Amino acid sequence: MNNVSKEYLVNSLSKGKREDGRKLDEIRKVQIENNVSKNAEGSARVKLGDTEVIVGVKMEIGTPYPDNLDEGTIIVSAEMLPLSSPNFESGPPSEESIELARVVDRAIRESDALDLKKLCVEKGEKVWMVLIDIYTINDAGNLQDAATLAALAALKNAKMPSFDGEKVDYKKKKGSLPLVELPVECTSIKIKDKILSDVSADEYKHLDARLTIATTEKGEVCAMQKGGEGTLTAEDIKEMVKASLKNGKILRKELK
Amino acid sequence: MVYSKRNDGRKFEEMRKMEAKVGVVKSADGSAMFKIGDTIAIAAVRGPRDLHPKFMQNPQKGILRCNYNMMSFSVDERIRPGPSRRSREISLVTRNALLPAVNLDEFPNAVVDVFVEIQQADAGTRCAGICAASMALADAGIPMKDLICAISIGRVGGKVLVDLDKFEEDYEEGSTDMPVAMLPRKAEVSLLQLDGEIKPEEIDKALELAKKSCQEILEIQKKALKEKYQNE
Repeated sequence: MNNVSKEYLVNSLSKGKREDGRKLDEIRKVQIENNVSKNAEGSARVKLGDTEVIVGVKMEIGTPYPDNLDEGTIIVSAEMLPLSSPNFESGPPSEESIELARVVDRAIRESDALDLKKLCVEKGEKVWMVLIDIYTINDAGNLQDAATLAALAALKNAKMPSFDGEKVDYKKKKGSLPLVELPVECTSIKIKDKILSDVSADEYKHLDARLTIATTEKGEVCAMQKGGEGTLTAEDIKEMVKASLKNGKILRKELK
Repeated sequence: MVYSKRNDGRKFEEMRKMEAKVGVVKSADGSAMFKIGDTIAIAAVRGPRDLHPKFMQNPQKGILRCNYNMMSFSVDERIRPGPSRRSREISLVTRNALLPAVNLDEFPNAVVDVFVEIQQADAGTRCAGICAASMALADAGIPMKDLICAISIGRVGGKVLVDLDKFEEDYEEGSTDMPVAMLPRKAEVSLLQLDGEIKPEEIDKALELAKKSCQEILEIQKKALKEKYQNE
């Protein structure tokens, strides 16, 4: 692939410069717009620079998993729309879109962001299913962090529909969801020996390795996903965790 | 029962409030948002670009592909993500609605892709999608002889009316929905569907209302296109 531009990129990075003038560990401007789809229980649009995603939360009554009879369930899925990038194609979900959804899911699940016991309607029989659907609108790099943030924003503004034991009434809204933690994800990538936060589409093209790190309000790490074909050292990981904690605070502030 | 007053207080020939914006998807070659009432459509155009597989290519001119999709949470009962029979049919009629206005002679072997996403639905989604797609094609600089405007004409409780909302579409005593797309310059009809009963003589009236409404839509579309290019 275009080696020249990778060399050029690495060269300017070693001078501490990024194409858009950001510092290596600096994220782009974040914007959250809440309630962008009124038939969803909750929804949000997140812009991270030029990257844009829309997430909606719908709720249905379902049956619990056999190992957690008194807990509601979460299902996250992602559509990497061909509308949002020349690189995405129509058809069944790609590996990338499945990974995107699963890594968002992991942050929410492993931080116990939702109190799933409160989503139980009738033990062993009926529980609320929380369906979180991610749609990419424009891919300018780092869909992962934008998607996680949008999912949390949508969960935060979601209102429960009412259920009379037989039918769900989507017009009659009740209280908020039992959201007790606000995990956010920050992805860093490594190009040669440089570590970058919140990468653009161009920078992403040249990554050697990437690491998504989900952090909680308490400053704990609750989920990780390493990607890319290259390797990371313990030092790299330490630096990435540090960047994720720092940038995570900035993203979380936007949620409040 | 006679439907003497509309649910939201509109006049029978009155459309819901519209909003349009061009250039909503940065990385696309052309894009637009069209909102009518609580229905929101986003469209993006990618191309002309290489078409694969090769056997689908047309050496005479470029081809137009359309993909209509509703976001899973755009309606009360969640829709499973991915194509359905309904969305594939609407993709097809959307393509046929746009094609008469588009000239792809300059682009042999290439494809122009149109992607329509319904972000929020309150009836009239295919028409909103066509209005957005038409602006996106213009924004992408695809040669066109006209814009395309679309509106749904309805018949509720014996009354012919313009731009059904979800309440009217689901009207208890039955409702008729007739989506129409037009090339407004000569009022050429490029999409026509009918769901429900209508008297033959009412079709004339419905088409007349569609023609009038499309002129209003055209003004909104042109204004949005001008806004983008004036700011640049």
